[in-house]
Formats: sequence, C-alpha cells, structure tokens
Amino acid sequence: MKIMVAIKRVVDYAVKIRVKPDKTGVETTNVKMSMNPFCEIALEEALRMKEAGLASEVVAVSMGPAKCVDTLRTGLAMGADRGIHVDVPGELQPLSVAKLLKALIDSEKPGLLILGKQAIDDDCNQTGQMVAGLLSWPQGTFASKISIRGLTLSAPLRSSRSTDLRLNQPRYATLPNILKAKSKVIKKCTPEELNVPIKSDLETVQVTEPPKRKAGVILSSVDELVDKLKNEARVI
Amino acid sequence: MEKWRATSRHLLRHFSKDLFDRRMSPSFGTFNRQLSSVATTIQRNPLFSSINSDDISHFKEILGEKNVIHDEEKLVTANMDWMRKYRGSSKLMLQPRTTEEVSQILKYCNSRCLAVVPQGGNTGLVGGSVPVFDEVIISTSSMSKIVSFDKVSGILVCEAGCILENLVSFLDNQGFIMPLDLGAKGSCQIGGNVSTNAGGLRLVRYGSLHGNVLGLEVVLANGTVLDMLRTLRKDNTGYDLKHLFIGSEGSLGIVSKVSMLTPPKLSSVNLAFLACKDYSSCQKLLLAAKRKLGEILSAFEFLDTQALDLVLKHLEGARNPLPTSMHNFYILMETTGSNESYDKEKLEAFLLHSMEGGLISDGVLAQDINQASSFWHIREGLPEALMKAGAVYKYDLSLPVEKMYDLVEEMRIRLGPAANVVGYGHLGDSNLHLNISTPQYDDAILAQIEPFVYEWTSKHHGSISAEHGLGLMKADKIFYSKSPETVSIILVGSYLLPKSLCIDIVLLLAFKSISMTKFP
Repeated sequence: MKIMVAIKRVVDYAVKIRVKPDKTGVETTNVKMSMNPFCEIALEEALRMKEAGLASEVVAVSMGPAKCVDTLRTGLAMGADRGIHVDVPGELQPLSVAKLLKALIDSEKPGLLILGKQAIDDDCNQTGQMVAGLLSWPQGTFASKISIRGLTLSAPLRSSRSTDLRLNQPRYATLPNILKAKSKVIKKCTPEELNVPIKSDLETVQVTEPPKRKAGVILSSVDELVDKLKNEARVI
Repeated sequence: MEKWRATSRHLLRHFSKDLFDRRMSPSFGTFNRQLSSVATTIQRNPLFSSINSDDISHFKEILGEKNVIHDEEKLVTANMDWMRKYRGSSKLMLQPRTTEEVSQILKYCNSRCLAVVPQGGNTGLVGGSVPVFDEVIISTSSMSKIVSFDKVSGILVCEAGCILENLVSFLDNQGFIMPLDLGAKGSCQIGGNVSTNAGGLRLVRYGSLHGNVLGLEVVLANGTVLDMLRTLRKDNTGYDLKHLFIGSEGSLGIVSKVSMLTPPKLSSVNLAFLACKDYSSCQKLLLAAKRKLGEILSAFEFLDTQALDLVLKHLEGARNPLPTSMHNFYILMETTGSNESYDKEKLEAFLLHSMEGGLISDGVLAQDINQASSFWHIREGLPEALMKAGAVYKYDLSLPVEKMYDLVEEMRIRLGPAANVVGYGHLGDSNLHLNISTPQYDDAILAQIEPFVYEWTSKHHGSISAEHGLGLMKADKIFYSKSPETVSIILVGSYLLPKSLCIDIVLLLAFKSISMTKFP
C-alpha cells in the first residue's frame, strides 16, 4: 500500500506572530518557517506504518511557493520516499488544497491519505474532511491512535485521516537520513497540469492582532472581589 | 552554561581562612551554612554593628514602608542560594528603586558599620549572593527599568535589576539580541551578570562582557555614585575603570546601571546535536567548525555520555536525540547567520563531510525551533538534573582545550565507583564544568576532590573560576590562579577607592596571606 501525506510549510510554532503594518496579513519575511506540527505527526505515523510493514511507500506532498521544497526535504530526511511539490505562488485555501490533493490521488492512487488535522497558521481544520468528501472516501478525523488489523483499518483502507497531537512523537532528521534525502526525488507540478483552477472563495478584509490581555490586579479582601464580580465583571 | 550566579557579592564581610562548613544535613543531604553551625569556623567581625529599630525606621524613611522587608518568611528565600548550599541569617532586605536610594542606603550602612550583601536574581553557584551572617541584603529587583535603546547602534541602557530574559524579549521586538545567554536567564539580573562577568552560551561568538559592556553606573561602599555610563564604543580618555567592576563580584561597589552593546538579531539559526566517539574528535571538530563555519558559528558546547545519561534519568521532558546507541561525547553546535538557505546548505555540507571523515559518529539537525529547544533543554537542564540526582560538587574551570577532559578522566580514576564524575561545558571557550555527583554530601569525597582539582588546574595554567566567580566557595583559592604580586595590585587598587569599610572576602584573604605592612 502507498500512503500519501500532505505537509504544510507554516510560520514556526515557536515564533511570535506579527501582523504586517498594512494589516493585509501576517509577517512572513525573515521569519523562521517550519513544517506544521500536525503534519509532522501525520508523516511520522505514515513512516511507522511503513516500518511495521503495512505500507510500501510514503509520498509527501506540499503546496505553495518554491520554498515548500525545503519543508519537503525535511519530510524526506525524516524518511518519506519521495515528494511532490505543487507550485502555487499565491494564497491557497482549504478547498483548493483539497481539489489539488484529489487530483494527485487520482493519478498516484495511494491506499491511504494522512493529513494533520489543522495547520497552525490558519487553524482551518477543513482540508481532511473536504478531500474525503470530494473522493467519496471514508474518513477518520482527529486520530489519536491508528491500528491496522490485517487489511481492515478501523475505517476501511483507502481512507483519509487527520491526526491530532496525541498520536505520536515525530522523529528527528538524522545526518545519514539528510544525506539520503538529497538524492530523493521531488516532482514539481502546477495546478494547471493537475487541471485544478485556483480561485479564492474568501476575501481577506483586514488582519489585526487580538486585543491585549489586561494586567491583573491583586485584591485585598473577599468583599472587594465580590464587589468586582458583581459590578465590573457582572457575573454574579 | 551553568545555572549561574547572577548577583553581586558582599561588600562587607569578615571571614576566616577555613571558610566552608560543609556538613551533611540529615534531612536533606545538602549543606547547611547556619550561623550556629559555622560559628566555630567563621568569626563574625565584631566591628560590624547589628541592626536595631532605629536603623529600620531610617531605612523606611529612605525607601518607604513596603521596600523594607523584615518578615522572616520572606527572608528565607533571600538567605538561601539556588543550590541550597549556602545559608545566611539576615534579618533585613532592602529594595531600592533608584540609584539615589542605593547611595543613601550604602552611605548610612557605612556610617553605622552595617555589613551588606548585594543580591540580584540569586542564581549563583558559588555562594556569592547570599549573606554569611546577618548582613543587610540589598536587592536590585525593583530597579528594572530600561532607560534607553538606540536602534541604529544597538546600544541598550538599563537598570541593574532587569531580568536577562526580559531584556531578551524587549530587544527581540526591536530586532536585537543580548550578547550573553545563560540557562538562568529567567531569573538572573543584568547587574549580577556584569558584577560576576557571566559567560554563557554565546561567548564563543560575541565575546565576554568586558567587550560588550560600554558603560556602568556604580555606587561605592560609602554611597558615592560613580558615573561611567558612557554609550561609546571608543573612549580612550585615560584608564577604563568600568572594567574593574566587571567580575569584581560586588567587592568594589554595587552596579546600578549598565550600558551595553547588543548585536542585531539574525534570522537564520541552525542547531545540530552531534555524537563523537572520543574527545580528540570533539577538538578536531571544533577546529574544523571554526575554519569552515567561522562567520556563522555561534555556540559549541559539549557533554559526555555520563552527562546525557543523567539528564535523561532526572530531567523532566528530556528526550535522547540519538536513541539508537549511546556515544562517548555529544556536541551542540549552533550557527547564526543572515541567509537561511545559504547557512543551512553550508552547515549540512560541513556536517556530512565531517561524518564521512569520521569526526562525527551520528547526529541530528533541528528542523524547527521546538526541536532546537529540546536539544538546548538537555544542555541547559544539566545543573537541574545534577541537583535532582543528589549531592553535587561543582567546579567551573578554564583549561587548555587539549588537557580539559584529562581532568575528568583522572577524577574518575581517583574517586572510583563512589561518585559519578560528569564533564560538560563550553568547549568553544575551553571552559569545563566538572561536576561530581554523589547520593549524599560526604567529607571524605570532598577531601578526595579538593585541593586536587585546584592543584591540577593550577599546574596546567588554568583558572579555578572561569565564569562563575570566586564567591564564598573559592575566595580563599584565588592564589591557585593569581600570583601574590597580582593579588597585591588588586589590594592596592581597592584602597585607592574612597575610604570605606568596603572589604571583600577575596581581599581579606589576600590580606592575610600578604603582609599587611606593605599597604598604607
């Protein structure tokens, strides 16, 4: 069985997010970009299935600008067999990603698609469900444990599943594997080649930071607390 | 780096040569330095007065009621060091908010003959930040304002009580970083860092504080404020006095403000966790890294297999990056540069080449910040893991890099199975942290370690105090690393400062060893 894993390049989980001064989006220039942690877990799960003899090949797919190749290399260094990069310079939204994935699945014919349940940049949590819908495949979402017995998954094979943080702890990229990854193939293709028109169904009006959390106060008595809860917070 | 002392030291103290009362406490297995227990070995100088109620009301007049702390419960933490090795019995802690208040306090203490001990984050490892007896604790914690920052030159001026991590966050928003980074950054304060000349993880790249501190404001023991708070990179108008205060451990005055050169934050940081089969490979790798990665190399740390083993056993959340087999040595190598793809390509090429050449046995390259943090967690969490493992004898030594690990091996033979000898440190700076871990403190073990460690270091022309300072722990050991002539100059220098009761442990010890009559 072949497993396809979708991985997304996002602003690193540990970076403090800054909104662009013109409020059109989030600052990404000179910002550390990494693989979406949920995607990392999805890939780790696929690799473990392969190591357990349940899969013959793991194909990593990423979509977006040319730099996505770096993220794919990380995936290959973790152990994916080959990569596919769908070159899209502009913005991509979940429905387009789902359509592109469907097109790739039609040609690659994997038995299983594993995705992270959401990307930490837009937090959409939609792609897995959409692609399963488009393919008419069974789906399992928020997987915290995957077990395959014989040829029967908890859902039938040929299914799409999305992973959550409890599933596993992803491996590190070792030097020998980084070296091996250098000779692995990353196929590049475009939405046109896959016959998927990219159009945005959403318009971003403005991106702003959430309101800052106000500093706390230390109260001196229970009476004061009751008063504040009654008159300021109006919760009692 | 080590969890570090981040405080200045005693201005006024008396002590005797046999300073350390290291005895086992049956309940904790840690050292206790209680007044009652040390009375036989250290004499409190009878010249110093004791606090009375008039003193307290005077301090309250200067500082206001809530900055004068004499509640015993609150004083417990301030009286004890981070390792719970040294414990004083101070009855009073003062929290000045301005230089002027520090000056007034010191002036008063000087006139009343009250001993004082400056305290910052109290993260020191050599007993320099806590009282020995009943000294007045002067805490810099309330002096935490950032005075100014110049975005073009990267020059930061701030008060002594700024916590290192807060400065890091402040600068991060401006696109700059602090030139020093240490495991204790969440608690230690910049004034203490300067007073102890803290080293840390970035020294290999940005150099020591002697290079990065551009100016200081210092309050001398008699209350005189010495304004050397320049923000100039070049200033050749005579002697550069600020250097006397960097690393003087509070013996000459309290640092109240700091002006510092901060480097721009570079966007591309890569971190590798590597395994080497022997110490010789570690050295060769360091040399090769300096040659091939010179302009981007920003940290080069090492730990031995005993250190990693200890971390994996005792530190929460620690995960072995190379679980398939244990190796003799591990290296943390960090690069910092301005071009991500260039840096990564360069680092990968270097690492793969070193692996083919046999210098590296195995390794992993952090793919995101989370992975990088978990590698750093191993190195930075070592002091904590050692604490959890039981009793620990810590030595912070500068040694010629090729000899550095010989000491660890000799110590292992010397102590046998009775102790776990752990070696790690800043290989890039030739700085070894020799840690000897035992289930409980034991005088017999200590007698095996000291003075052997100091003699060995001295014989190989090293320093018995690389980045931790002398503190109470090593005050009387200064002669292992400094000649009597040098110490005598230090003494003369200290007497040129305004006449006061400012007497430091180091100087007093030196005083005992060198004839008093030599000095006016």
